[in-house]
Amino acid sequence: MYQTGNLVKDLAEKHGRKRESLMPILQDIVKKHNYLTDDVMVAVATELDISAAEVYGTASFYTFLDTEERGRNVIRVCKTITCSMKGKNDIISTIEDMLKIRVGETTPDKMFTLLETNCIGWCHKAPAILINDMPYTDLTQETVIDVIKGYMR
Amino acid sequence: MVTLKINEHEVKVAEGTTVLAAAKTLGINIPTLCNHPDLCVAGNCRVCVVEQKGARTLVASCVTPVSQGMEIQTNSLKVRNARKHIVELLLSEHRADCTKCYKNQNCELQTLANEYSFGEHIFFDLTEDHNYVIDRSSPAFIKDDSKCIRCQRCVRTCAQLQYVSAIAVSHKGSEMKISSFHDRPMSHVVCTNCGQCVNRCPTGALTEKTYIDQVWDAIYDTDKHVVVQTAPAVRIALGEDLGYDPGERVTGKLVTALRQLGFDSVLDTDFTADLTIIEEGTELLTRLKKVLVEGDKTLALPMFTSCSPGWIKFIEHKYPHMLPNLSTCKSPQQMFGALAKTFYADKRKLDPANVVSVSIMPCTAKKYEADRPEMRSSGYKDIDFVLTTRELAVMIKQAGLDFRTLEESHYDSVMGVSTGAGVIFGATGGVMEAALRTAYEIVTGRPVPFKNLNIMPVRGMEGVKEATIKIEGTREEWKFLEGAELKVAIAHGLVNANKIAKAVSQGKAQYHFIEIMACPGGCLGGGGQPIPTSTEIRQKRMEAIYVEDMNMDLRKSHDNPEVTAIYQEFLEKPNGHKAHELLHTHYTERESY
Repeated sequence: MYQTGNLVKDLAEKHGRKRESLMPILQDIVKKHNYLTDDVMVAVATELDISAAEVYGTASFYTFLDTEERGRNVIRVCKTITCSMKGKNDIISTIEDMLKIRVGETTPDKMFTLLETNCIGWCHKAPAILINDMPYTDLTQETVIDVIKGYMR
Repeated sequence: MVTLKINEHEVKVAEGTTVLAAAKTLGINIPTLCNHPDLCVAGNCRVCVVEQKGARTLVASCVTPVSQGMEIQTNSLKVRNARKHIVELLLSEHRADCTKCYKNQNCELQTLANEYSFGEHIFFDLTEDHNYVIDRSSPAFIKDDSKCIRCQRCVRTCAQLQYVSAIAVSHKGSEMKISSFHDRPMSHVVCTNCGQCVNRCPTGALTEKTYIDQVWDAIYDTDKHVVVQTAPAVRIALGEDLGYDPGERVTGKLVTALRQLGFDSVLDTDFTADLTIIEEGTELLTRLKKVLVEGDKTLALPMFTSCSPGWIKFIEHKYPHMLPNLSTCKSPQQMFGALAKTFYADKRKLDPANVVSVSIMPCTAKKYEADRPEMRSSGYKDIDFVLTTRELAVMIKQAGLDFRTLEESHYDSVMGVSTGAGVIFGATGGVMEAALRTAYEIVTGRPVPFKNLNIMPVRGMEGVKEATIKIEGTREEWKFLEGAELKVAIAHGLVNANKIAKAVSQGKAQYHFIEIMACPGGCLGGGGQPIPTSTEIRQKRMEAIYVEDMNMDLRKSHDNPEVTAIYQEFLEKPNGHKAHELLHTHYTERESY
């Protein structure tokens, strides 16, 4: 959970209060806080005078607009065919062992969330993962440990 | 005008007409699912596809406008095969336990399956591996996602007609579904329980929560005295579920049928509608006096009516700061309930613990209203069970009654006598008209200055209506109203209610009294009324209500002898202490989602 203060109001000032302002507002919130709380979705609905169900409906459509609690760093492992053939399951079990969480879970210190994702366009350098906005490719069980260690500071 | 050919027949229609509508003028029926006459087009179910000469693919006839020289085939092999596949695909994601389903034989998907997909199914049944949710949290209706075909009629209804959007489309692809805010239970979101979605759902995904079995149990229990009340809008619509055309009045047969079902006493909500007018009219006049003359700041104007439980929940969620503007009067159903287990039980020398109070309503929100914790002023649950018009039709069929051949009969007494003013509660503008018939006469001693008491400016299907009544020749105690213009407004359908509520909230509207009904057309278009519904059907029901009014001997609530008697024997005086205890209520501020 996080407190937003005037964030929603400020974003509405910046992007406007029309129906089409909804996406940029939600994106900016997620950029800052990684996921959308129920409170923030209700605040957006109130600000734009639309229903909260509609805000949730929109958010739930987009994989990158999470409505469940996420850690500060979101690891998304590509689950599609090429990455699968090139060992994504080993990558996942390495990360699971390292962080002591399973896919879909968040570490107790809220530092990491581990998820799977559809193709991120790095098939030629599979297996690939995405941490927040940054892709890491050609991974092995050894290199992925170093990558994640880089986020542990 | 545009000329086109459908199945080799030439037809001339206005520009902008859809192929679907053009075909209808030729008597050619194209099946539809997501399409509904009250809602904007969606074009998502694809069941209405037709073949257009020269077009690469089949086109959805509900969203395709006609064009000059167009040639359409509605029944070619290609069309029939496509439709069969579409229906089968819908069925592959629909938990088709038809014989157990409440909508069995009343389901548009089932009808299509009957026409297009009997025999072996082509596609796998995908419902078994899917983790569907069945939401039974509301006392008014059940939302069963396993029956949903995602046509989105409910979503459009909730947004377009009701301005609530308690539900919206969520997720995507095979996960796509209809969700409340973050999939919370329907009992814990902004939903008003109005049932307009239930009325328009083509399958069993949205159905009223039925209490038929509980009512049968009460009837068969010889220790129980079961009283039933019928709302005004039931008598002009029940026939539709029993083979009559829309707009046929079946009041007398309805009473006989209820008696034959085994109810111990068949009474009328119209009686408490009349009582509501006395209480609400007195409340309005008192508020006007206190606010305008005495400068009382604790009371709010304009005053909103409070008969429609969908509207009550709407304002509790959306405009909680205006709750003081609501009349404190309970709805006629709940006034009846409170009296059934006090005044009525006394009079009939019954132990109120053994009285079971059932109401037949055109409404699903009434089920919710009866469940509200404050509706126990008799010391018991004032209304035990609420059945919709549709559920009553089911009971009549279950009992094997041949409705058409039933004799007509009259309501029992006490609490069965009513006036035309009570009847018109079932139509938008009716409460206003009934209130004016009485309030004007209280203030001036003369009947309202309209021919045959028919106050035409407050009638009709316009979304928002306004009227001004000039008050002249007042009695001594109402002198402060001499020459005053009483400004009233009426809205039906919550999208229209919202327009008025918003204007009042922003201080942009100068009204004294506002009638709001949550459903299009008022109660006659309620969520518990027979399916289907459309503007034409609601119009016919409305005409029937006003005929019923004209046929009544008494037309004004204050002329109801049972109402006069109940004040003398029991309630003392309008808005008095006892009346407040039993007939008035309070409201609760609720969350905005």
